Amino acid sequence: MGTIALGVRDNVAARFWGSTNGKKAVMAVTGLILFGFVMGHMLGNLQIFEGPVAFNDYAKFLRSVPLGLWLARIVLLTSVVLHVTASVQLVLRKRRARPVAYASKESIASTYASRTMYWSGPIILAFVIYHLLQFTFGVTGVPDYQEGEVYRNVVSGFGQPAIAIWYIVSMLLLCLHLRHGVWSMFQTLGVNHPRYTPILRHGATLFAVVVAIGFISIPVSVLFGWVS
Amino acid sequence: MRLTLHVWRQQGPRTKGRLVRYQMDNVDHEMSMLECLDVLNEELIGKGDEPIAFEHDCREGICGSCGFMINGVAHGPARATTVCQLTMRNFKDGDSLTIEPWRASAFPLIKDLVVDRRSFDRIVASGGYISVSTGNAPDANAILVPKDIADRAMDAAACIGCGACVAACPNASAALFTGAKISHLGVLPQGQPERHLRALSMVAQANLEGFGGCTNIGECTAVCPKEIPLEVIARMNRDYIAAALSQRDAEVNTIRPFTEWSTGSKLVNDPHATS
Amino acid sequence: MELNSRLPTGPIETAWDNTKFEMKLVNPANKRKYSVLVVGSGLAGGAAAATLGELGYNVNCFCFQDSPRRAHSIAAQGGINAAKNYQNDGDSIFRLFYDTVKGGDFRAREANVYRLAQISLEIIDQCAAQGVPFAREYGGALTNRSFGGAQVSRTFYARGQTGQQLLLGAYQALERQVQAGRVAMFPRTEMLDLIVIDGRARGIVTRNLVTGEIDTHLADAVVLATGGYGNVYYLSTNAKGSNVTASWRAHKRGALFANPCFTQIHPTCIPVSGDYQSKLTLMSESLRNDGRIWVPLKKGDTRQPGQIPENERDYYLERRYPSFGNLVPRDVASRNAKHVCDEGRGVGPGGLGVYLDFSDSIHRLGEKVIAERYGNLFDMYQRITGENPYQVPMRIYPAIHYTMGGLWVDYHLMSTIPGLFVLGEANFSDHGANRLGASALMQGLSDGYFVIPFTLGNYIAGAKLEKVDRSHPEIRNAEACVQQTVDKLLNIKGKRTVDSFHRQLGKIVWDYCGMSRNARGLESAAEQIRELREEYWTNVNVPGSGADLNQSLEKATRVADFFELAELMCIDARERNESCGGHFREEYQTEDGEALRNDEQYSYVAAWGYRGYGNPWDLVKEPLEFHYVHPSQRSYK
Repeated sequence: MGTIALGVRDNVAARFWGSTNGKKAVMAVTGLILFGFVMGHMLGNLQIFEGPVAFNDYAKFLRSVPLGLWLARIVLLTSVVLHVTASVQLVLRKRRARPVAYASKESIASTYASRTMYWSGPIILAFVIYHLLQFTFGVTGVPDYQEGEVYRNVVSGFGQPAIAIWYIVSMLLLCLHLRHGVWSMFQTLGVNHPRYTPILRHGATLFAVVVAIGFISIPVSVLFGWVS
Repeated sequence: MRLTLHVWRQQGPRTKGRLVRYQMDNVDHEMSMLECLDVLNEELIGKGDEPIAFEHDCREGICGSCGFMINGVAHGPARATTVCQLTMRNFKDGDSLTIEPWRASAFPLIKDLVVDRRSFDRIVASGGYISVSTGNAPDANAILVPKDIADRAMDAAACIGCGACVAACPNASAALFTGAKISHLGVLPQGQPERHLRALSMVAQANLEGFGGCTNIGECTAVCPKEIPLEVIARMNRDYIAAALSQRDAEVNTIRPFTEWSTGSKLVNDPHATS
Repeated sequence: MELNSRLPTGPIETAWDNTKFEMKLVNPANKRKYSVLVVGSGLAGGAAAATLGELGYNVNCFCFQDSPRRAHSIAAQGGINAAKNYQNDGDSIFRLFYDTVKGGDFRAREANVYRLAQISLEIIDQCAAQGVPFAREYGGALTNRSFGGAQVSRTFYARGQTGQQLLLGAYQALERQVQAGRVAMFPRTEMLDLIVIDGRARGIVTRNLVTGEIDTHLADAVVLATGGYGNVYYLSTNAKGSNVTASWRAHKRGALFANPCFTQIHPTCIPVSGDYQSKLTLMSESLRNDGRIWVPLKKGDTRQPGQIPENERDYYLERRYPSFGNLVPRDVASRNAKHVCDEGRGVGPGGLGVYLDFSDSIHRLGEKVIAERYGNLFDMYQRITGENPYQVPMRIYPAIHYTMGGLWVDYHLMSTIPGLFVLGEANFSDHGANRLGASALMQGLSDGYFVIPFTLGNYIAGAKLEKVDRSHPEIRNAEACVQQTVDKLLNIKGKRTVDSFHRQLGKIVWDYCGMSRNARGLESAAEQIRELREEYWTNVNVPGSGADLNQSLEKATRVADFFELAELMCIDARERNESCGGHFREEYQTEDGEALRNDEQYSYVAAWGYRGYGNPWDLVKEPLEFHYVHPSQRSYK
């Protein structure tokens, strides 16, 4: 009568990755890394308000330590791959876990941000790819892309309203994604306390909004001609 | 008061189900939701139809048998209330209620609103206990438990295993249920020796059963009749991650999920089955 | 027929230890060669199945619910007694024993009760070790409360959910054995007959409630832990599924049924609100610790409770029983509530209710303290009635809660069929004519964890158990009987639903064999029950088929057995010409309306033998002797 003990995969790492909890832990850790990057990137970008020289120097500085740059890129790329793979697998699992949908289903407690993670994520990913093509590789979105002329490229790129709006919308989605993701990673990693969790949740919202405002300030400034 | 019910009717696991409309003209607002279905069932039997199958037993909110979705909310609109204690005062004349069973692949449907929740039993069997055989116990006061720890254990232990958390979760995750048992036993001093193995085994079993993953969105705790907090999920994650990182022995207890309804003559450990 | 209750000899303090020592043991290596069927998975059954599994027996455990965790033990609120004397307030094993025998109105066996009081200590240890989150002091020690009128604080509790927590402890122990492969669990499986071969219980016939399959399970011994039969009244605090079927089928196979008329009414339940009412909700008796019970002095006073001045209220329990006041035992509190309602002074719809008023306590202790003590009960009351008990008094009325009667068992908990053991509420053994609060959980766990593992081993070690062939005619016969009953019920296709019959039956039993009884009423009730039963078997409508989940059919088989039990209850109540405990015969009362026991003639257990439907039952008497607690008139003045 079904009381046969099963030997689950013996490899510890495989078993960890094989469980939803393990995948979520991986998503939390990689999410934390990506959040750290986003914060740093946003603060770096704000140097655009110090003028072309300072901004281009900052970009040059980043390229002056190729080892560090590539290390960061590898860590970030790995994080993205793990984050995305885990989320895709969890979505597939979610589908299998409820094969018959409800005729009527209400959400009564969850935030809009938390329910939209599964599509804010892919859109942000699409944005990141476009963003890299635009500013790192100069393939598209900047009419007269010039390697190393970062300030010029930004002004030129955001000078086109459609591209600026696409950027702004993506940053708003990033804001939503972080609003849930930043506190959720603590929960996933096992940090929850009746006193501190509410602070964490508010903190996550605050950081998400700060990140979004920080990023959005740039295309807005370009569009309004404050940065040119 | 008049109500329109749209109730999920499905003869069995392999037949197709559908929502069937029933008009009720004389619902007393003092009735419970289940008493309302009782009245409807009496009418249906009178008309020669089969009554709606729904699970129920204690009808005082503690056994965890009852539960279904009312207008998309597990156990209906009242907070911390199972459908057996949900009085019709919560509805207005002319309301329309859509009543559906819990939906999850780990809760296969049996009939109408009745689902098979044995996956929950297997999660407990995989490690949701303290291994103390009868007669092994020291004096009850030999193990002191601070009051706030006992209270927290009780908060988690209050789970009635109804499955509303799974039903309400967009991922059909059993994290709240599993986390509640892991927390109940994991905060107590008695539960420490098996704390890591318990987390590993119960999490492995919940995964094996095909429940989805937790996305920390909190729909579960909002419908929980016992208001089990999300904190228990964090504790499960903490214990699980700590155990996964520190364990040396890879042996984990799990049980093969099954959906058939086995009977005695097929049982292996029946030494007297001689035929 | 002579009943051998196998009572121990010698001083009561060492009787159980001596009995254990004298019992035969099964060699540890041989235990796995024996199998046991445990029917029921509540405190008694769950504990028994887990413990027998731990010992090494092959155990099959059955429950009709979808999970063993849902057995109705889960609904017990108040607590569990144990003579730990942690509070240093003068408790002792002897005092718990004394209180239980006296509380049972001297209709229980001394030896059984003494053993229960002894084992109570071990139960608390076992449960605490399992992780049952009992209430604690700040220092970490267990705390206690006084409960149900006890003069000492000996009740251990886990908020208002003690039964749930104890059951989860047993359930977890059980699931541990399921995981270990020592116990096979059969949920949604109902026992519908007992197989007796060569005079010994050797198996059961079950119906799988999902597939409708009828099957036989064979074993070396059968343990029934199937709870009480309070649902014979239709409205009770029992779970909807609680039933007498397993016990009754065993009774029809030869097990004597003892003291069926001893039923307990719980004084603090939420009153009935309408005819659709499906069950009654109990509120823990602990409420009486701080609530004051009253009704208006005048008949038919329809004013709101707040508008009735203090001098026009009758705090009738405090008036009649100055020393116990609102904390008199359950039977006394219930009867008095019925009495004042019969006088026309009841409150609420239909005049069937009395006030339980917390305003004094709230005034004295503050709302916060009351909320800490009873918050969850107050919330539940408000959820159900829509009234806020912090502001208006609760309305309560008695309801059937527990049945002290059950299958007759000896000191070893074995019924009159060798190999058939009966535990918990399903047996009759420990509570006499009235059960004290917080004693049911104690008895269930005592039987399951600490008695059956010894006595069952003794039986197996001493019995010569041949293998049983599946084609044995008794098995075929029992399976055919079950199939016939199912087919018959499905084919009547009458006009009335099962519930309508059950409601009508319940009303008859409640009116004539409820809180107070008299000879004429009981005779008439027995007659009405027989007539209704006739109609049932010709006019019941059971829709659906027998080959899938059919809840109407489940109810129909259970109600069929309730009819026969109800008749026996009335016969037993008629035969017992005295008032004792929960059995109050109007003809036998003192001048001031208290129960009048008759120890000269009725100091016995009435055990009834079945002789085929339509034939009168055999009455076998087991005399009760009291060497340690001398029968006295209970007085709570």
